[in-house]
Amino acid sequence: MPVITYRDALNQAIREEMQRDDRVFLMGEEVAVYQGAYKVSKGLLQEFGEMRVVDTPITELGFAGVGVGAAMVGLRPVIEFMTWNFALLAIDQVVNAAAKMLYMSGGQYNIPIVFRGPNGAALQLSGQHSQAWESWLAHIPGLKVVAPGTPYDAKGLLKSAIRDDNPVIMLEGEMLYNTKGEVPNDDEVLIPIGKAELKREGSHASIITHGKMILVALQAADQLAKEGINVDVVDLRTLRPIDIDAIVSTVRKTNRAVVLEEGWEISGIGAQVVDYIQRECFDDLDAPVVRVHQADVPMPYAKNLERAAKPDAAKTIAAVKKVMYME
Amino acid sequence: MATKVVMEALSPTMEEGRLVKWLKNEGDQVKHGETLAEVETDKAIMELVARGDGVLRKRILPENEAAPVGQLIAVIASPDENIDALIAGAGGAASSASAAPPAADVAPKAKETAEASPVPRTAGQAQGEASTPPQERVASTPPPAGTAPRTAAAAPAPSGNGGRTRSSPLARRMASERGLDLQAVQGSGPGGRIIKRDIEAAVAAAPAAQAAGVPGSRFAVPGVAGPDSRDVPLTQIRKTIARRLSESIGPIPTFYLTAELDMERVAEMRTAMAGMGDEYKVSFNDIALKAVATALAQHPEVNAHWLGDKIRYFNRVHLGMAVAIEDGLITPVIFDADRKRMSEISREARELAKRARERKLKPEEYTGSTFSVSNLGMFGIDQFTAIINPPEVGILAIGALEEKPVVVNGQLTPRKRMRVTMSCDHRVVDGALGARFLQTLRRLIENPLMLVY
Repeated sequence: MPVITYRDALNQAIREEMQRDDRVFLMGEEVAVYQGAYKVSKGLLQEFGEMRVVDTPITELGFAGVGVGAAMVGLRPVIEFMTWNFALLAIDQVVNAAAKMLYMSGGQYNIPIVFRGPNGAALQLSGQHSQAWESWLAHIPGLKVVAPGTPYDAKGLLKSAIRDDNPVIMLEGEMLYNTKGEVPNDDEVLIPIGKAELKREGSHASIITHGKMILVALQAADQLAKEGINVDVVDLRTLRPIDIDAIVSTVRKTNRAVVLEEGWEISGIGAQVVDYIQRECFDDLDAPVVRVHQADVPMPYAKNLERAAKPDAAKTIAAVKKVMYME
Repeated sequence: MATKVVMEALSPTMEEGRLVKWLKNEGDQVKHGETLAEVETDKAIMELVARGDGVLRKRILPENEAAPVGQLIAVIASPDENIDALIAGAGGAASSASAAPPAADVAPKAKETAEASPVPRTAGQAQGEASTPPQERVASTPPPAGTAPRTAAAAPAPSGNGGRTRSSPLARRMASERGLDLQAVQGSGPGGRIIKRDIEAAVAAAPAAQAAGVPGSRFAVPGVAGPDSRDVPLTQIRKTIARRLSESIGPIPTFYLTAELDMERVAEMRTAMAGMGDEYKVSFNDIALKAVATALAQHPEVNAHWLGDKIRYFNRVHLGMAVAIEDGLITPVIFDADRKRMSEISREARELAKRARERKLKPEEYTGSTFSVSNLGMFGIDQFTAIINPPEVGILAIGALEEKPVVVNGQLTPRKRMRVTMSCDHRVVDGALGARFLQTLRRLIENPLMLVY
């Protein structure tokens, strides 16, 4: 199986879907001539022309709205935000237009649109550009939210998102674009929205996570294995609808769970996962569930403080040991 | 490195112990495993042993005083070690375990070197701690804040005096599935919380104590093949019988079956054996025990435990034998009684009764019986009904042997007779089942040569 980057996996997904369906088009800042701020759209302008690979002004609310309108009349737009931090400017179109249109029109207009871009912190981009938005977006009925952490999942989920008849939010990561992994060279790499994956199997405890944090979880699992502790690593992949069965089956097996996410603690995705666990697995728990997340502060610019604020393998390992009563 | 000596749980149900006698003086050199003191539990007088080497520096608990399980009662340390902080922390340690706020909040980060192993302790490893928490090892000059609350965390939450047993939801579920009393389990989690590994250790420890017979293989038995027991889920009719009969008569719907057995041949046999020499003397009770054990082996349907949601039928016969002691009653167990020769049963019964009266029985010697026998014949009681020792489902009450006129072959003749009454738990044993068991017992007693078959 070819090994490619996350960036190229996204590129393949968009290219294959644009070849397959001429209603699909890509729009956003710097996606065409510059080939994408992160080169996800490399070569697409050349292959599909400027009617289908469209550069926009720096107007997130504007081009998100154009996307919603295009979807209403039958096209299938893929809207790239240079980062989800900038998408705050477009949030009215995402939440009030895209997510609500099917409902508000009495079922007349479904919105087959994908909003995608990097989410969460990179390195030293400070408070305004280092935020993980998944709990904001997953909060909204009418949206689907996917957060792939590997190239394979990125390709499979983006293709499923483009084919979905409803608005799908795709959360990528600046730190993920260069990561590599096996991706089948196949037009039908489709990963169903709403299905988690057990990325690693163990029996002592479960780490439940998604997106970029899957790399942190696997790193923690490797180190724990050296100490004889084997953990399940569950990659949620989709945050709305969330795969409750996968959460339940891992917790029933290990009786101990750590929920890891990139964002802040309060009202985070982890809080929702813990709710499912207490509801469905109360009698299976041998220890309170422990969450790992960003410190409850704007992301510091200083390197050392940024490191201290971010969730990492060491914090995850400590959490696993805590649920195993090993501290 | 100082070793804290704490009051250990020396019986499955012990909540506090009274220090009968210190066997070591302050200043004495002690070794790991050496007996430090005699402690009276709710059941017996037990030995408390040292869990570390050093000098017995301080005896905190005076003789004749009681302390809850987990409380610091002495300190073992090297001669020049400063143990002031340890002793100072002792006072509130055990009582804070029962206080409402979880001890984990007090010092959640306290490290315990004894638990340095990163791997979750397996049932086997943790087994020894199920009833006897190890005395904790602590650094020589520990900050009081770090050690004292940790002692509280290690101590089990007492179930009496307003405290409650803390347990994880999983531990509660596992305990109820296995018919285990949570009160009898030591919690190793924060604040004494009972967690999965504690249940696993308790479950592993229970059958192990039975399978091993008595430690030191005092009464070793030949190897036994096959499982020790077989669990049978309740059928609907059994559930209905159980529910309706319990409503009628109480938690254990008991009925009684009485039979009068002819003891002529047993008496002949006994006289003949005694004639061979003093070493062949056995009592009527010994013969009765042997006969009951043999009959039980043939009737596993009465050799069982009622576990609430299922019935456990035992393939081995562990015969409980009620012994009156000064201030009560205890039922030591003759393990694998059906596989033992009469001479072994006789010797074992005598020794167990003696040690029971001296209150020297170990917990594993009075737990694990599958059926019990109570004999009041020596008090001249003709017949009586004994009370079932749950979860067993039957007990046999043996009356006095007496000579009385009986019609044999149409002739009135004096015969030695003995009445036995079986109390049966009707949820498990129906009338006909109990009757068939007594039939077998009668055949064995009235034809005692069958006992050597």
